[in-house]
Amino acid sequence: MLEARHLSIRFGGLRAVQDVSLDVPQGQVSALIGPNGAGKSTLFGLISGFLRPDAGSVLLAGRDITGMAPHAVCRLGMTRTFQIVQPFAGQTVRENIAVGAHLHQADRARALADAEAVARRLGLDGELDKLASSLTIAGRKRLELARALATQPRLLLLDEVLAGLNPQEVAGMLPVIRGLRESGVTVFMIEHVMQAVMDLAEKVWVISQGELIAAGSPAQVTSDARVIEAYLGHGTAQRLALQGAAVIQGVTRA
Amino acid sequence: MTESGILFASVLNGLTTGAVYALIALGLTLIYGVLHIINFAHGAALMMALYGVYFLREKAGIDPYASLPVMVPAMFAAGYLLYRFVIGKASHGKDENILLVTLGVSIVLENLALLLWKSDTRSIETAYTFSTVAIGSAMIAVPKVVAFGGALVATAVLLAIIGLTDLGRAIRACAGERQGAKLVGIDVEHVFAMSFGIGLACLGAAACFLLPAYYVNPQVGNGFVLIAFTVVVLGGMGSFVGALAGGFLIGVVESVGGLWLGESLGQIGIFLIFIAVLLFRPRGLFGARA
Amino acid sequence: MRQLWLIGAFAGAVALMPAFVTSGAALNLAIMTLYAALLGQAWNILGGFGGQFSFGHAVFFGTGAYAMAVLQSGFGLNAWLALPLALALGAAVGLLVGALSFRYGLKGSYFALVTLAFAEVFRILANTFQFTGAGVGIQIPLRDSAADMQFAGKPGFLYAALTLVTASLLVAWWLKRSRYGAWLQAVRDNEESAAALGVDVFRVKLGAIAISGALMSAGGAFYLQYFRYIDPHIAYGPAISVEALLAAIVGGMGTVFGPLLGAAALQLLGEATRGLLEQTPGANLIAYGVLLVVVVMFLPRGIMGLFEAKR
Repeated sequence: MLEARHLSIRFGGLRAVQDVSLDVPQGQVSALIGPNGAGKSTLFGLISGFLRPDAGSVLLAGRDITGMAPHAVCRLGMTRTFQIVQPFAGQTVRENIAVGAHLHQADRARALADAEAVARRLGLDGELDKLASSLTIAGRKRLELARALATQPRLLLLDEVLAGLNPQEVAGMLPVIRGLRESGVTVFMIEHVMQAVMDLAEKVWVISQGELIAAGSPAQVTSDARVIEAYLGHGTAQRLALQGAAVIQGVTRA
Repeated sequence: MTESGILFASVLNGLTTGAVYALIALGLTLIYGVLHIINFAHGAALMMALYGVYFLREKAGIDPYASLPVMVPAMFAAGYLLYRFVIGKASHGKDENILLVTLGVSIVLENLALLLWKSDTRSIETAYTFSTVAIGSAMIAVPKVVAFGGALVATAVLLAIIGLTDLGRAIRACAGERQGAKLVGIDVEHVFAMSFGIGLACLGAAACFLLPAYYVNPQVGNGFVLIAFTVVVLGGMGSFVGALAGGFLIGVVESVGGLWLGESLGQIGIFLIFIAVLLFRPRGLFGARA
Repeated sequence: MRQLWLIGAFAGAVALMPAFVTSGAALNLAIMTLYAALLGQAWNILGGFGGQFSFGHAVFFGTGAYAMAVLQSGFGLNAWLALPLALALGAAVGLLVGALSFRYGLKGSYFALVTLAFAEVFRILANTFQFTGAGVGIQIPLRDSAADMQFAGKPGFLYAALTLVTASLLVAWWLKRSRYGAWLQAVRDNEESAAALGVDVFRVKLGAIAISGALMSAGGAFYLQYFRYIDPHIAYGPAISVEALLAAIVGGMGTVFGPLLGAAALQLLGEATRGLLEQTPGANLIAYGVLLVVVVMFLPRGIMGLFEAKR
């Protein structure tokens, strides 16, 4: 569905993304994880047209979209959300979502109706006439998702859509994301909430200091030594392995 | 005079005019650099300062240069109070709102002047108004040369204040990291008000140097606002040396432009430069990358 | 729908005015209020709905006024034929300023300043060239005939102004309920989000400044027909730019009726200060300046904000 080939970008002396290549499979939920500052959001920016790569290319369903403007990328079927939610503060929830709906619907009344339908899908129908600025953080996250959904994307880039939510709210969002996959939308998410990644993702990439260090199923990736080192520091994998061996010895001796 | 002689004189005149532009822009640079406010009332404040210098001369017989010790502190106080009671209260919203508030202040000041002193253009005459000094082949008016010197001194003083004093350290702290400054106990609002005050104090000095070679009426502010912004943007928002260099450059452009294109068209160069800088090199000549 | 009724009612009420009001002074007041409302609504399209604050809207006003003046006095064109050209020119100047500014990402205060610079450039050009009358300006001869867009007596001008204002109200109404309007307001509220949702930000902004320029140019055209005189300072000076933004901000940015209410409030305030302080020049402007500061600081949604339900 989405193919990144040798993407690189640097900001001054900082090589934010270095030679990253990945292939997001269609119809699945995939995740991008990595420690803070690893370059995840930068990668999203490169993919969605907000940043122009110094090298490499991006293909959406086989079509080269490298360097295309964000709105053009959206029109081709890939919509992104933002890590720090950016609602249209002075407008209502309905009006917010309608902006997304207008991508495919020129008529105002029908766009507002479409917005209502999307809101209902995401459990926002109680807040339709409230100002976006009056919503809680959980509500705003749902709104962000609703707006993106209204554009009827083939591929949805979710940038930490679960960040800042309490466990209850996270639990509420998981079925929503699962529902997206069921409806045929490909989801590519940046996430820190590991529970969601383990639960939802079929394929995971790990990025650290701008480079891809692992790829595979959630189970594979979380037991990968390099991944553990990236999160917990050099030598941790070894230490954990030794500790694990000691425990097993202790257990078997007993 | 030979052609190169005329050009030489034009450039020198431009430099001296530019010095005054630099003085005006210095204050604006400080205010923008520290408070990130584009002070639209800067021109109107200059106009008020010019009236101040004018009346000190006409009513109290104080020579413009001698009124520096009066004007500079007076304008400082005015700036401090203006920030504390009006601008500071409005400056915590959208970027454009502060612009609108300072626009409002400038409208009030301009029309207050119109109300009080009518629209007549006034100027003063001193012993040295018509004296000139010879620099090379050109004869430059004495007040303009003094203005040139004044601009250099003022820049040096400002750099000294910012670089060497405790206040300067506080100002730099607030400019760079507002929250952090608060956390270490700096009274940010006070520092901002001080900065605004210093910015207007520069106008006090500028007025003392400007009036002998110029004039005042309620509308002069308008003419200077955009020029001052051009200098600030050209020099690089927040750089004093940039403002000085920018001022000289703009002064010369105006002077030489007037030579080539005539009085009417001469000023157009300034605004075209302004547009060009904003579009193609917003950080100006000396500014840091945004 | 209700807003459409309101626009109709307003237009109807004003249209009936000359039947009851014959005082020249009163009619003039109404005309000037409508004229200010037109300027305000023009600014509102770009500033209120689009979120791009212009401080040099006079650049479009002067273009319209000079276009009408030059086409009539220089080329002998009939005023009615000159009008569409003036409007088109206003839109074109809008596209020029917009294409440059938005292409290079100018926003906020920088955009405001650059529009001011453009207005100054145009002022200097108008002041220089002979075909615009240089510093002297242009005066068009008195014709007093509707065929020349000069209406003998005030009611004619009242209807002309009313037509223009009603048109501008309809444009604002359309922005409130169209896809383009939704896109424009999205760009105003958050450009990045709008882009991420498929909105072509550059094109949308360009459209807004073109519409705004055309409406403002209409204001300039009206000014010329009413006063029959234009010079660089009136055409491109700060007074017009301020008048436009004042009406919109005081009345309520981004609303349909805001500029109309703002224009009315400013006229009333002006009359009040004139009454209190006799013929002192500048008195009403001091009040306007104070009002601007007060509104920006305490009443950011303007007069309309007082009416709109507490959200």
